[in-house]
Amino acid sequence: MQMSISEPEEIKINMTAMIDIVFQLLVFFIMTFKVVAMEGDFNIKMPLASESADSLDEELPDLITVRLEAGENGNISSIIVDDSETLREATMFPDLTNIVEERLAADGDPEQGSETEVEFDIAYNLKYSYTVKAIGAVSGKVLKNGDIKTLVKKVKFKDVGNGF
Amino acid sequence: MRLFKKKSTEILEGDLTPMIDMTFQLIAFFMLLINFSEVDRAEEILLPSSALAVPPVVRPDYQIILNLEPSGDVVFEGQKNGIDVLNPLLSRQVDAAAREGIRDPSDIAVIIRSHKDTPTGIVQELIAKCQESELQSFSLRVKDRINQ
Repeated sequence: MQMSISEPEEIKINMTAMIDIVFQLLVFFIMTFKVVAMEGDFNIKMPLASESADSLDEELPDLITVRLEAGENGNISSIIVDDSETLREATMFPDLTNIVEERLAADGDPEQGSETEVEFDIAYNLKYSYTVKAIGAVSGKVLKNGDIKTLVKKVKFKDVGNGF
Repeated sequence: MRLFKKKSTEILEGDLTPMIDMTFQLIAFFMLLINFSEVDRAEEILLPSSALAVPPVVRPDYQIILNLEPSGDVVFEGQKNGIDVLNPLLSRQVDAAAREGIRDPSDIAVIIRSHKDTPTGIVQELIAKCQESELQSFSLRVKDRINQ
């Protein structure tokens, strides 16, 4: 008996509809794609007043007070460190970094930076960008090789309403 | 006179497989990168920049993102509110955190995304308002600047 072997028929799937949908999806994702800039944080701890009173018995960290004064239009006019040193030049922020660095170096302990605290007393109308600049100035400095030297880790604001 | 030889009308089928492969890879790429957390960000807020800010490595167990405009309005979960009326919203967040097992409000991270021209006094008022809801842990969010 002779059996006839038929040749397998080539099955063709119509891909047009799928390709249409895939391209529409691709266009949707391309149109909605948004490049988001990297963001970072400055962490500040603001304990409640009652807790601050409870912790009076604890050993207080070294405190550096920094006053930021505002001029016209909310721009910074001067920085006063510990009510003694006044910085007014254009280089006031690098100068602030140097003062904090010298203060930490004078204590001799390289770990001192983690214990020292900076309290900011900021003028009410000072633009926030200057506040961030000042916090950055006491937090550390960028070295020539691009590394970051950390200075003060603890930052807090003086009570609200003390603006000048 | 016959000028042209009649050509065979055979259908030319190109191999679409590499193109479809590449298209699917592109879709996968964009799907992975798409950001659905836009509600936490207010596009009109221009953050100040700093090279010394620490990029958040670990997401806090519970976070509240407050976008502060120069006018003093706070954009929170896509809605604009004045600082004065924030207390009920913050209390609701503290309750929601407690339901998720974070009983101590000081463990809730408050991320403040303030416009660079906002008076700092308003930022401090916002912090004081958060403190009324026993929130204590604050992060000032800035744009990361690689080279200063």
